Amino acid sequence: MSGTFVGMPAFPEAAREAVGDTTLRANLRHATRTIRDKRARAVAELDDWAALREAGKRIKDETLRHLDAHLLRLEESVTAAGGTVHWAADAAEANRIVTDLVKATGETEVVKVKSMATQEIGLNEHLEAEGIRAYETDLAELIVQLGEDRPSHILVPAIHRNRGEIRDVFREKMGSWGRPAPEGLSDTPAELAEAARLHLREKFLRAKVGISGANFMVAETGTLVVVESEGNGRMCLTLPETLVSVVGIEKVVPTWRDLEVFLQTLPRSSTAERMNPYTSMWTGTTDGDGPSAFHLVLLDNGRTDALADEVGRQALRCIRCSACLNVCPVYERAGGHAYGSVYPGPIGAILTPQLRGTASEVDASLPYASSLCGACYEVCPVAIDIPEVLVHLREKVADQGGKGHRLEKAAIKASTWVLDHPGALGAGERLASATRKLHPKRLPGPGVGPWSESRDLPGLPAEPFRDWWRKNRT
Amino acid sequence: MRVALFVTCVNDALFPSTGVATVRLLERLGVAVDFPAAQSCCGQPQFNTGYRTEAAPLVRRTVRAFAGHDHVVTPSGSCAAMVRRHYGKFGAEAADLAPRVYELTEFLVDVLGVTDVGAYFPHRVTYHPSCHGLRLLGLGERPRRLLEAVKGLELVELPGAEECCGFGGTFAVKNPDVSAAMGADKITNALSTGAEVLCGADNSCLLHVGGMLRRREAPLRALHLAEILASTEEEPWR
Repeated sequence: MSGTFVGMPAFPEAAREAVGDTTLRANLRHATRTIRDKRARAVAELDDWAALREAGKRIKDETLRHLDAHLLRLEESVTAAGGTVHWAADAAEANRIVTDLVKATGETEVVKVKSMATQEIGLNEHLEAEGIRAYETDLAELIVQLGEDRPSHILVPAIHRNRGEIRDVFREKMGSWGRPAPEGLSDTPAELAEAARLHLREKFLRAKVGISGANFMVAETGTLVVVESEGNGRMCLTLPETLVSVVGIEKVVPTWRDLEVFLQTLPRSSTAERMNPYTSMWTGTTDGDGPSAFHLVLLDNGRTDALADEVGRQALRCIRCSACLNVCPVYERAGGHAYGSVYPGPIGAILTPQLRGTASEVDASLPYASSLCGACYEVCPVAIDIPEVLVHLREKVADQGGKGHRLEKAAIKASTWVLDHPGALGAGERLASATRKLHPKRLPGPGVGPWSESRDLPGLPAEPFRDWWRKNRT
Repeated sequence: MRVALFVTCVNDALFPSTGVATVRLLERLGVAVDFPAAQSCCGQPQFNTGYRTEAAPLVRRTVRAFAGHDHVVTPSGSCAAMVRRHYGKFGAEAADLAPRVYELTEFLVDVLGVTDVGAYFPHRVTYHPSCHGLRLLGLGERPRRLLEAVKGLELVELPGAEECCGFGGTFAVKNPDVSAAMGADKITNALSTGAEVLCGADNSCLLHVGGMLRRREAPLRALHLAEILASTEEEPWR
């Protein structure tokens, strides 16, 4: 298993492998169903859930509409509070800024808070190439990093691993990254957590530089917010001397009051908790309290392109809760790796093609990685109509006419012609019905082949409905 | 009451019995049924696959076919959802059709105000609520209420009922492995109920699930809700 997503095959091929992996299927089935049911209960507790969902959607939409103004206000507030703001147009620029900042401290190690933005830009790999080792401190990210694995879920990146697999990774790999796993480590959650705690503690106490993302940035005061469960984030945000936060520009909210909505909807949607255990908020720097240097790297990396798309821009409302992953029947069977991105599942299927474009095979296949069942839209706490965006992106992919789409377009045009000429349609139906005894139950060939691998074709009726009607009702 | 039947292309070509059952059921309830012969496909497969331009002629045809009809009834939640949720994107005339289209159970429960349609179907049945009816139309308890009122019918709960069966139109062809895995889980759940009939209100989903059941020679058949509701003691459905 490689640590990067570069050169991934298209979704259907990657998913085929995952579907055949019974351990993976069992791990995902168990994990997604558990969290799905818990989320449903946590959300059902609130009488005003629908109003909170609508409020979250509106706050995000309103903020995105005037994003430039809110970002400038944020920059002003962060600067006034003693922080430094850097603007990064793309991944390369963000990586360069962070690397330079770390190098300026003279350090060769950093501790990291779980962060999607830094994964999106491949920061760890970039730092490694520059001689700087980044230690992931979130338990699941640690499992992924030690296992030289890739994340397969936004909230639970090691969701594809079970306890036994995690114990094996700890036993085999912890030693080469620092404190080894205790002798005779079992696969009980308490022992695994303790092993991680001991392993990470020495890194927290030694680290001079911390790197984080943020769930929210409050423009009016320049305050950043990280919500988490384990407390490792709190350690990274408070113990080091220098803190660098890499945050997507869509994470800004105008005021503290706006946080009220998201601090209710995010924990219930993601971990099914009424309130997450740790909510860390910091504003610039404070003498004698926490890091003495704070840098905020504001990351675009395709976000303004998404913002320019009237249908697609709603994906920028996402607060990375993962509810859509946990409820998605396709994600449950295909697993996160098949999406070829740090953003898997339904939200990944609409976010990745907008952030990266659809030039690669996997990115062009993502908008089709959905049966359009709508379960994702139903649970989304900011009401992103994911099926609508998927169909919109399919139009874009079809328009660009890449691999297979020219042939498909011809077939679609032909089907439209036949369906738009009921005379021809009726004749075709009649011919098919008249020859029905000759039809096999399985057919080879593109389109029909995959269908009949696992399903019989229906027996054709003696006559189409329109003929029955003509004979019996006219 | 006079309605136009929007039978859908899938039913016309592959499941005419569902169309016949719908006609028989509506006529039994005193509704006069027209079948505008100019109708064809609603354009959903093209639209959902990303070919909006190619869907447009079919949308126009559907709108023309049902012009002048106040109640257009269709035995498909998916096709009804296409009209209601997406026709607005094809102009004002197309948008005007949206509120006049009723999925069959909506028409029965909301317009006719009936849940007991006088049906008789002495079988053990489990119901799969297809996604578009469930989430895009919000059919809710309507199909279940209709089934519960059928004489002789034993309705058993389908575990994981609200999960997609894996059909998804061209999804089944573009992502055959995931689609089949979803279908297999749906079938496992359906078989666990001990039902004889897996009932649904969308034949495109039943085409997929039913095809998998036949391939496995499972002791369970897929059947459209309209065919159960059309069945009476005097004229039992096959």
